[in-house]
Amino acid sequence: MIAYLTRRILFAGVLLLAVSLFTFLIFTVLPTDPAALTCGKACTPDRIEANRTRLGYDQPVTTQYVRFLKGIVGGRTYGEGQGEFTCGAPSLGYSFSQKDCVTSLIARTLPVTASIAFGGFALWIIFGIGLGMVSALKRGRWPDRLISVVSVVGLSFPTFFLALLLLFIFVIWTQILPFPSYVSPTEDFFGWCQALILPWLTITIISAPYYIRLTRFGMLETMNEDYVRLGIAKGLKRWTVLRKYVLRSALIPIVTVAGLDFGVTLGGAVFTESVFSLPGMGRLSIKAVSDSDLPVLVGTTLVAGTFIVVFNLLTDIFYGFVDPRVRIHK
Amino acid sequence: MTNPVVLEAKNLVKYFPTVSKGLLQRSTDSVKAVDGVSVQVRAGQTLGVVGESGCGKSTLARLLMRLLPPTSGTVLLDGADITSLTGRELRAVRAKIQMVFQDPVASLNPRHSVGQIIGTPLKFLKVKSATGAREHVQELMELVGLNPEHYNRYPHEFSGGQRQRIGIARALAVGPQVIVADEPVSALDVSIQAQVLNLMEKLQRDLGLSYVFIAHDLSVVRHIADEIIVMYLGKVVESGSPSDVYSTPSHPYTQALLSAIPVADPRAAASHKRTVLVGDVPSPIDPPSGCRFRTRCPRAQDLCALEEPALIDRGQGHPVACHFPG
Amino acid sequence: MSELVLQVKDLKVAFSTVDGVVQAVNGISFDVRKGQTLGIVGESGSGKSVTASAIMGLTNRKSADMSGSILLGGLDVLTAQEREIRALRGREAAMVFQDPMSALNPYYTVGKQIAEAYEVHHPKTSKKERRLIALDMLAKVGLPKPSECIDEYPHQFSGGMRQRIVIAIALVNNPRLLIADEPTTALDVTVQAQILDLMMNLQQEFGSAIILITHDLGVVAEVADEVMVMYAGQTMESSKVQTLFDTPSHPYTRGLLGSVRSLDNSERGALHTIAGNPPSMISLPGGCPFHPRCEFSASMNGLCATVQPTLRVLPATGSESACHLNDDQLLSLGLGVNHD
Repeated sequence: MIAYLTRRILFAGVLLLAVSLFTFLIFTVLPTDPAALTCGKACTPDRIEANRTRLGYDQPVTTQYVRFLKGIVGGRTYGEGQGEFTCGAPSLGYSFSQKDCVTSLIARTLPVTASIAFGGFALWIIFGIGLGMVSALKRGRWPDRLISVVSVVGLSFPTFFLALLLLFIFVIWTQILPFPSYVSPTEDFFGWCQALILPWLTITIISAPYYIRLTRFGMLETMNEDYVRLGIAKGLKRWTVLRKYVLRSALIPIVTVAGLDFGVTLGGAVFTESVFSLPGMGRLSIKAVSDSDLPVLVGTTLVAGTFIVVFNLLTDIFYGFVDPRVRIHK
Repeated sequence: MTNPVVLEAKNLVKYFPTVSKGLLQRSTDSVKAVDGVSVQVRAGQTLGVVGESGCGKSTLARLLMRLLPPTSGTVLLDGADITSLTGRELRAVRAKIQMVFQDPVASLNPRHSVGQIIGTPLKFLKVKSATGAREHVQELMELVGLNPEHYNRYPHEFSGGQRQRIGIARALAVGPQVIVADEPVSALDVSIQAQVLNLMEKLQRDLGLSYVFIAHDLSVVRHIADEIIVMYLGKVVESGSPSDVYSTPSHPYTQALLSAIPVADPRAAASHKRTVLVGDVPSPIDPPSGCRFRTRCPRAQDLCALEEPALIDRGQGHPVACHFPG
Repeated sequence: MSELVLQVKDLKVAFSTVDGVVQAVNGISFDVRKGQTLGIVGESGSGKSVTASAIMGLTNRKSADMSGSILLGGLDVLTAQEREIRALRGREAAMVFQDPMSALNPYYTVGKQIAEAYEVHHPKTSKKERRLIALDMLAKVGLPKPSECIDEYPHQFSGGMRQRIVIAIALVNNPRLLIADEPTTALDVTVQAQILDLMMNLQQEFGSAIILITHDLGVVAEVADEVMVMYAGQTMESSKVQTLFDTPSHPYTRGLLGSVRSLDNSERGALHTIAGNPPSMISLPGGCPFHPRCEFSASMNGLCATVQPTLRVLPATGSESACHLNDDQLLSLGLGVNHD
C-alpha cells in the first residue's frame, strides 16, 4: 500500500510539472507578442522593446520557464524602477492589463468558484445518486421512466441557455430571487446561498443526469451478481443487502468519476459564472482570453490543471482504501 | 503411427512477465505458462492435451497457432520453421492451421450473419474457392450439419451446439491441415457434446484433418485422441496412447486426475477409491523446485524437491516425468 | 420415512420477455426428506436453476408468474411475506452457487461474511462469539490456517477455497436443506472431487438434506440418493439413483446415459447422441416436450406430439416416468445402454 501511495504521489508530481511546462509552452509559442501587451495602445516600438528586455521576453523559452518556476517557489519581482512590482511566492506571473499579481487575482476569484463548485457538487451528487437509486429500484416502472425523461431533458440543455432560462424564471419573471451578487459565506451565509442557488441548480441539472445513469447502471449490474444473491440467500434484510452489497460496489466507480468532475468544476465554471456575472476563476480566464492576458491564462490553466491532477490522485488513493483488490495483492 | 508429422513443437517455452508491486514496477517475475514442451501432431490424427486450469494448455494452443510468440523453442509446420514468421508468410500459415474456440457465443461476431462469419477468413486470407464464395460457404454449412438456407441468419438464432458448428465451419473455410480446438465442447450440454465430437471425427476421416484437441475433461479426450499429453504447471508429465494413459497411468498426477472423474455408475462410485489430491495448484510464478507436482504428490520423497524428473520413455513408448513412476 | 423437509407441488414459473413468455418451470413436484440427497439433473434451459431460486424465494415475484406451492419450514414460499421467507433463508434452506469466483462479496473479509450469515439468525451473539464460529466453520470446511484466512479477502483465495468458504457460509446456521446449484461445475476435476467429498462429509455431520443441481450424471451417481431428470421445465423421470442408472425409464434419460457412457467407453467409434437441439422455451413443442428429439415418438402415431404425458409410477422399479411408452417398453430402455 505504501509503495502504491508513493508511486501515485510521485506520478502526480511529475504530471504537475508536465502540465506547467505544457501550458507555459503553449502560451509562449502563441503568435502574440507578450511584450506588445505590456503597455497600452499608445505604445511605441521603443517602449515595447524596453519592456521586452525588462521582463525577460527576449530570453530563450527555457530561461523564461525556469524563471517562472522559480517565481512559483520563491516569489518574483517584475519590471524595475518605478514600474517595479513584486509578487510573493507562489507567484504565477504579473498581469499588465489588470496591474496585479496573477496569484492575487486567482486568490480573489477562487472562493467564488469554489463556492459554486462545492454547492453544485453536493447537490448533483445527492440528486444524481439518489434519483439513480430510485431509478434502479423501481426499474421499468413509472418513477424510473419519469426520471429518465427528465434527465434526458436536463442533459440536452446547453449550459448557458439553461442558466439564462433559470435567470429569466426566478429573477426576471417571478422575481423570487434577486440578481445573484456574490457575498462571502462568513459575512452573510443566507445571502451567499441566495446568490449561488441558481448557479448550483444549473450545474446540478447539467451534471446529475450523468450520475443518475451511472448509479442506475451500476446498481442494476451489481444486483445481478451472485454475491448479492448470496447475501439475500443468507437471509439478510433488503436494506442491508442494498447497503453492504449493492451500493458499495456500485458507488465506487462513481466516486472516481465524481472526484475528477469536482476537480474540473473547481477550475472554473465558465458559462455559469459568465451568465450570472459571478467573479470567479472561469470569468477571469474568459476575460484573460479576450484581453490576450497571457500571464493570467497561464496561471488559471495551471491552477485548473492542478485541481484535476490533485483530485485524480485523491480518488486513486480512495480507491486503494475501499477496494481490497487494489490494496492487497494475492 | 507411421503417418508423417504435420505440426511439431520443440522445447516450447512461454513466460509472461508480471507487473511487480515495487515502486518502479520493474518486472522481475514471470508466469511460467509453458516450460519446455515438445509435441508432434501426425497427419490425420489427434493429439489430445489434458490438464487442469493453469497447466498451460491454452497457452500451448496459442503458441502452436502462432497467436503468441514463444519465449524460446520452435514450431515446425510440414517441417518448415514457422516460429518467427510475420506478415504475409504468417498469413499463409494461418490458412493451414485454424482454431476452434471454447465459447461458441463469444467467438462469433453477433452482428455478422453466419454466411459472413464463415466467409470472412476466405476473404482475409485470400483463399480462392472453385465455386463462388456463397456456394463455398453453403457447402461448408452442409458439411458441418447446418441448414445452408440459414446463410443469412445471425448467431443468436442458433443453439449452443449449432454455434459450435458455425465455429468449426469457419475454421474449415480456408481448407486447413490442422485444427487447434481449445475446449471445443466444454460449454455444451452432454447430449450436444457427443454430436459435435462425432462431427469432428467425421470431418477428420473425410478431410484428413489433424487435430490438437485441448480439454480438461479426460473422457472427451480419451475418445477422440490418438496420442495424449498430460500437462501440469507448464510441463508435460506423461504422454502416450489413450490406452497407455488411461489403462496404465504411471504419473501420480495422471492417476489422481483419472480417479477424480465422477463415474456415471453409482455402484462403481461406491466401490472405487479416489485419490483425492490435497491443496491447490501452486503459483506458476514461483513453481516448486524439482518436480512441480511434489507439493501435492502422495509419493513425494526428498529427491523430488532436489531434482526435476525428465520426461523419459522407459521403453514402452509411454514417457513419464516422475522419479517414482508406477 | 424420515421427516419431510421440503415439498414442492405443481410448481410453475414463467417469465415475460420481449420475445414472449418463457415457461421455465412447467409443473414439477417433488419431496425432500431429512438427510436425503436429491439430484436434479438437466441440461441448460431445463429449469433446474429456476427451481432452486424459487425454493429460496429469490425469484422476483413482480417479473415472474408463479403457481403451485413450495412448502418449506411450515410456510408456502410462494405466498409467504418477504419477512417470513427471510427467517427461512440460511436456517431452513441455504444455497451454494455455481461460480465461487463471483459468489463472495469482494469488499469484506471472508470471516465477516461468515459471521454476518450467523448473525442473521443469532442477533444476540457478540462479535467475538461470531468470530469464533467463523473460525470453527473455516476449519470444518478444510481451509488451511483458519486464523489467517479469516481476515483475508475473497480474491486472495483459489476457486476451490472460495467454494469451501461459500459452503461454510451456507452451513453456519446448520440449515435443514442445502441447495447446491452446480457447485463443482466451475472447478477443476481434482478440486471437484475435494468439494464433493467435503459436502458429503459435512452432510453426515450436519444432517442436512441436499438438493444437488447438476448436468453431470457422474456427479449424481457419486452423491445422490434420488434423482429427478428435468427437460424443458418438466420432470421426465424420478428414480432412486441405482435404478436410474440400471433401468432408466424415460427415453431422455436413456439418451443422456448413452451419451455419457459412450464417452466413458474406451473404444473409438461414433458416440451415442440425442439428435436435434433443446427446444426454445418460448415456443415449446406440443405434447411431450422431448418428442421432436425422441427416437420412439415416430412409432406412437402422433400421440407424443399432441398429448402431454403425466408422471406415473412403474411398479416394477418404483420409478416415476412421464412417457407414453408402456411399462414393458420403458423397462427395456436400459438394455442397450449399459456398458457391461
